[in-house]
Amino acid sequence: MIKARVTVTLKNGVLDPQGKAIEGALGALGFDGVGQVRQGKVFDLELATDDKAAAEADLKAMCEKLLANTVIENYSISLA
Amino acid sequence: MKSAVVQLPGLNRDRDMIAALTKISGKAPVTIWQTETEIPDVDLIVIPGGFSYGDYLRCGAIAARMPVMQAIREKAEKGVKVIGVCNGFQILLEAGLLPGALMRNASLKFVCREIKLEVVNAETTFTEAYAKGQIIRCPVAHHDGNYFADSETIKAVEGNGQVVFRYAEGTNPNGSINDIAGVINAKGNVLGMMPHPENLIEAAHGGDDGRGLFASALGVIAA
Repeated sequence: MIKARVTVTLKNGVLDPQGKAIEGALGALGFDGVGQVRQGKVFDLELATDDKAAAEADLKAMCEKLLANTVIENYSISLA
Repeated sequence: MKSAVVQLPGLNRDRDMIAALTKISGKAPVTIWQTETEIPDVDLIVIPGGFSYGDYLRCGAIAARMPVMQAIREKAEKGVKVIGVCNGFQILLEAGLLPGALMRNASLKFVCREIKLEVVNAETTFTEAYAKGQIIRCPVAHHDGNYFADSETIKAVEGNGQVVFRYAEGTNPNGSINDIAGVINAKGNVLGMMPHPENLIEAAHGGDDGRGLFASALGVIAA
């Protein structure tokens, strides 16, 4: 079995109202000097294979087809 | 003309849409359930609003990948008219049938109110009943209606006359780029919009500004 983590983040230039709100809330809590905050998503997946290359190819397809909306989001894949 | 309304788990504006289509065309639409892979022979398919599949992952993301959407895509490619309202718009964007994406409202709040729409393109098969530049009333109710696309896509969409509706008179409720409220595909047979024209079609609604959209699409514009 292979464990993988997929991280999906907003592309540069895409407005992130939630990140902005978090940024404001951190400031209100007294955390000074927080620059830009961007919110994203993390997916932890277990794959029933030991073939790392095949797993990476599958994960890339999963990201393109479902996990990320590539109009607005980037993704990165890491295998444990 | 025959019409159909898509029903998916979590969509909740289907009854309003069925009522609107029935009242305007005089014929009840057929309904299409999520598991169907063959769409009946209709001229217009409407994907109503709601929260399909709980809006999990992203609004419309799961619905866009169900087999029924593949069947709708094939119909759209053959020229069948498709309207997506609210969650239906989100689904059409996630399915890649329309350009762009809908993000969380700039205010981060769910907005439920009446706004003003400018009919930017009155030459589509969905807007013939209106005049270019006409301002109509329309209700909105959504949390993720903030239209976004990269600058190249916006340029293309604006240049091709694919912006059909814009929020007018400072009523943009969600931060959409260029006040975009509704877009059509390049071929002109798939329309997506955040506002709910089906909820303003008769006196009991307090107005009928939304009626023209369905009358246009169904070919029953009153003389």
